[in-house]
Amino acid sequence: MLASVGQFLLILSLVTATVLTILPITGYFKNHEALMRTGRPLAYLLFVLTLATFLILVFLFVMQDFSVTYVWQHSSLTLPLRYRITATWGAHEGSVLMWVTVQALWIAAVARYSKSLSLSQISRVLSVLGIIATGFLAFVLFASNPFEITNPAPMDGRDLNPLLQDFGMIIHPPLLYFGYVGLSVAFALSVAALIGGQIDEKWIRWSRRWTNLAWAFLTIGIILGSWWAYYELGWGGWWFWDPVENASFLPWLAGTALIHVQAVSERKNAFRGWTVLLAIIAFSLCVLGTFLVRSGSITSVHSFAADPFRGIFILVLLGLYAGGALTLYALRVNQLKSTDAINLNSKETLLLANSLIFITATFTILIGTLFPMIFEALGKKISVGAPYFGLMFFLIMIPMAVLLPLGVQLKWHKDSMMPAIKALIPHFGIAAVLTIGAYFLFDGLNLRATAGVFGGFWIASTTVAQLIQFPGKMNASFVGMSVAHLGVAVFLFSMSMTEHKDVEKDILMKPGQTSQVAGYDFNFKGVSVVEIENYRAQQGTILVSKNGAKVVELHPQKRFYPKQQQPMTEADIYPGLTKDIYVSLGEQINEQGDWAVRIYIKPFIRWMWFGGLMMLAGAVIALFSQRSKRLEQRQVDEVMKNRLELS
Amino acid sequence: MTPTRKKRLILVMMVAVGVAIATAIFLTAVRENINYFKTPTEVATGQYNSNSTIRLGGMVKDGSVQRVTDSLKVRFAVTDFEQDVLVEYEGILPDLFREGQGVVTIGKMGQEDVFIAEEVLAKHDENYMPPEAADALHQAKNKGDFE
Repeated sequence: MLASVGQFLLILSLVTATVLTILPITGYFKNHEALMRTGRPLAYLLFVLTLATFLILVFLFVMQDFSVTYVWQHSSLTLPLRYRITATWGAHEGSVLMWVTVQALWIAAVARYSKSLSLSQISRVLSVLGIIATGFLAFVLFASNPFEITNPAPMDGRDLNPLLQDFGMIIHPPLLYFGYVGLSVAFALSVAALIGGQIDEKWIRWSRRWTNLAWAFLTIGIILGSWWAYYELGWGGWWFWDPVENASFLPWLAGTALIHVQAVSERKNAFRGWTVLLAIIAFSLCVLGTFLVRSGSITSVHSFAADPFRGIFILVLLGLYAGGALTLYALRVNQLKSTDAINLNSKETLLLANSLIFITATFTILIGTLFPMIFEALGKKISVGAPYFGLMFFLIMIPMAVLLPLGVQLKWHKDSMMPAIKALIPHFGIAAVLTIGAYFLFDGLNLRATAGVFGGFWIASTTVAQLIQFPGKMNASFVGMSVAHLGVAVFLFSMSMTEHKDVEKDILMKPGQTSQVAGYDFNFKGVSVVEIENYRAQQGTILVSKNGAKVVELHPQKRFYPKQQQPMTEADIYPGLTKDIYVSLGEQINEQGDWAVRIYIKPFIRWMWFGGLMMLAGAVIALFSQRSKRLEQRQVDEVMKNRLELS
Repeated sequence: MTPTRKKRLILVMMVAVGVAIATAIFLTAVRENINYFKTPTEVATGQYNSNSTIRLGGMVKDGSVQRVTDSLKVRFAVTDFEQDVLVEYEGILPDLFREGQGVVTIGKMGQEDVFIAEEVLAKHDENYMPPEAADALHQAKNKGDFE
């Protein structure tokens, strides 16, 4: 019954999105003000409808309505309430519905916070966002309907995949989607500007804050995904270059290029075409990512729905959005000609270099991700190993790390290279000394780790100096940028340590046995059985000590979920300031209670995520920039004035 | 040549050199890290490059899993029901590794026709077979039908 209401609301949402696609833009072309004015209310209506649809699905899970196919497939009578709620987005249908709901929220937010845009501008933006919502709502309704009914309803459900019964599942997907979908705003703005045939700094200033916000969400979504994979998958890795991880990383890279180029194109009539193109690329990569995840066309730990029809559906959407936008771009690009000249010795040049570096990284990873598909079309099955991505990314990030401080040091418009470089040279020395110190402190580092640690110190040293050196620049955008760049430094350092100084040991342990790993003693006290909520677990007890003093007692589990007949490894981690001690159970080897035990020491791994959080914080701080607020207020006043004059 | 043109020429040449170097690095990195997927039949009949890492996929043969006492070394056969390949692996097997289940092993062919796996993958879903393993079985089955 309630499912039919959900179904009905879903159809209404699709209709509303379609109307939103058509009406405001028609108004724009016919210069019909009343039609253009329909954009905002339609946007709010769309959000209310999709949110209601989504909440109904949540409610169906809470109520355990097993007449709904999607519910019984991913829930069960024994599933705790919190996971029944998160199960809503635990599989394909619900997660696409959440995608659309989050997008509707962005659309409503755009409608609400766009006072500085004129009516003709906002009507175009909302219509373009409407096209995207329409496509994905159609996808939900026709290819992944969560409200399908099973008759007769089963007595119990199949339960949620144990890996998803976790805190990470509650927050990682929603935040990632906020970022993913948020990039659609920058995309819509670009397309709307192309339709109008002109793009000025007001457009870019307005879109810049949205892009920043979307980028911040994407950053936190990726960090949470990495952290979750680390503790939940039980292999202790934090990044696998898995196609689905790449799917979230690609828009992030393109988005990073975009936010840096926007800093230029907001100030000058330069790189405007490039800004527009990057926005199109970033969002297209989001849709491509959705395709990779949903089509199951690439082998991945994530691919849960291997359904060719769904794959083709999204591919068609991708073709429509990316193809349409690029065609429009090709038609209009000569109207976006830069009028301001760019001096080679200026911040602008370095920001352009930044975007080129990041877009190179994007395409290198894209090629590696798509290679298996290309080969498969040729009848060969291959996979591209993680070392490819690791090496290529490392090489591409070298110029990034080297040039970053120079880009901050150089002034806008016109500067000279030599004084800027001279100002930075002392920091080169500081970074070198610190790196040598780290080399001896951590008993030697390999080439890549040395480079990474040096890069971290180099960026940190220069960024701190620049913060002190330019007191006049102490505004939110400069502080935000500096915090984000310090985050890059922290990330480079800790990632190099985690990747190259970690210790990984698989050991056969007998009860009572003590093994030494990296200076710690691990005393295995055996395994006992515990029953918790909806699973049974074999729980190991491992006493970790150093030089006879107890550090911690860890309890890794091998869980068994009877409903799914599926075992799961739950690691236990002792998180430390400078290192994590990570222990998980493999399998019982024999009747005497010997177990295969995995013991990892991961130096500085928390710092890596902390670096990511600093990048996020930087993006958020920059949102409070007085300069952009002042400029935006001026724009609002202008729009108001025009409106008064018209009436 | 005017100074502007000269500047442009230098710029173009620098870009060209950069692109060439990048392409060279890219091709090397790709070539070294592409892992071909092979079925047990292909491996058993020698259709592989013994120097490169390959992915061998199929079913874990029933009754083939053997542990070496007092170590984490394990041996098992991967089969497509046409041919078997003996695989050796030292370490912790994935949760869903089981006899009669699909598996993908990544490694190199070693001595005496034993495949030395560095990594063993089993899919995290009971109903789901790694696509590569499914494909290996499918190929072998088709071949059997033709014969």
